Amino acid sequence: MSRRDTQAELTLPVGERDHARGPADAPVTLVEYGDYECPHCGHAYPIVKQIEQRLGRRLRFVFRNFPLRESHPHAQHAAEAAEAAGAQGKFWEMHDRLFERQFALDDDNLVEYAGDLGLDAARLRSELAARVYEPRVREDFRSGVASGVNGTPTFFVNGARHDEGWELEPLLAALERAAKAT
Amino acid sequence: MAALDAGTPAPDFTLPSAPDHAVSLRDFRGRPVILAFYPADWSPVCGDQMALYNEVLAEFQRYGAELLGISVDGAWCHAAFARDRNLHFPLLADFEPKGAVARRYGVYRQSDGWTERALFVIDGDGVIRWSYVSPISVNPGADGILRALRALAGERTPA
Repeated sequence: MSRRDTQAELTLPVGERDHARGPADAPVTLVEYGDYECPHCGHAYPIVKQIEQRLGRRLRFVFRNFPLRESHPHAQHAAEAAEAAGAQGKFWEMHDRLFERQFALDDDNLVEYAGDLGLDAARLRSELAARVYEPRVREDFRSGVASGVNGTPTFFVNGARHDEGWELEPLLAALERAAKAT
Repeated sequence: MAALDAGTPAPDFTLPSAPDHAVSLRDFRGRPVILAFYPADWSPVCGDQMALYNEVLAEFQRYGAELLGISVDGAWCHAAFARDRNLHFPLLADFEPKGAVARRYGVYRQSDGWTERALFVIDGDGVIRWSYVSPISVNPGADGILRALRALAGERTPA
C-alpha cells in the first residue's frame, strides 16, 4: 500500500441511474455532490445555473446526494424528497426549489413544495415516512466517499475531482479547459 | 523527521479522550485503528474533515475499525468541539507534553506548533499499514482510509 499521489476520481461513472441536465454526449460533464441544507451548496447553486447558461449544450450537469446528516438535520429527508419528486418526473424542479428555500426544509415544507409543483404530495409524504429513497441516497453518499468527496459541495469535471475554487470564474475556466481537451 | 511509513510498528501512547478519561492505542489490539491527526479544533477545514468522518463512521465500522482524532488541543476544548459538532468518535488531547505523540509519528509542525493533517491506518497487530500527509489546508477525505481498510480486510479473508 502506498500513499495516495493521484488526483481523486469518480468511481461510479455517470449513467442511467443519475439525474442529468444537458445532452448525454456533451463534451463536459460536471458532477456535484451536494447537500440541500449546506450553505456552501446554496451559494454554489446560482453559480451552477450561470455556468449552465454560459456553456449551453456543451455541458451536462449531474447532481448526487451527499447529505451531512449530523451537521444538517433536514438534509437527508430533503435529499429523499428530491428523489421522490424524481420518481414523479420532477427531480430538477424539486432540486431547484429546495436550494431556493433551503432555510425551510422540514417535512411539512417538503410536502408543501411537492404540492406547489403539482406532484402527488400524499405519495411523497408516505414515501418519506417509509424511507423509500433512503438506499438510493446512501448509494450516492457511498459513491462520493469512495471518490474522495471531502465536503460539500464537491465537483468533478469529466470524472476528475475539481480541487480549485468553485466560484464562477475558476469553475468556468476548468470546464472550458475540459471542453477544449475533448 | 518524516511521517512514519507503512510497515513500521505504531508507537503506543496513552492520551486523554475526556477530562477524566484516557485511552491507549494497545486497547484496540485485534482490530484496525484509524489515527487522524489534525491541526486544531474549530478551524474551518478540520471541522469539515471531522464532520465528514462523523458521517462515514458506519463505513469504517463495517471493517471493525476504530477512529481516533488527535490534535494538540486540550481535553476541555475537545469536549466543547465534539459537543458542538455532534461527533461520535473520540478526540485525543496531545496536549501535555505538547505534541509528544505527534512527534513520535513524525507529524509535529515545529514551525507553528500544530500537527500535520496526517492519517495512519494501523492493523490489529499494531503495525502501520498506510499513512498519508495531506497539504495542511486540504481535507484529505476518506477514500484513502477506506482503500486501506479494504486491503486489510482482503488479506484476512481467503478469496
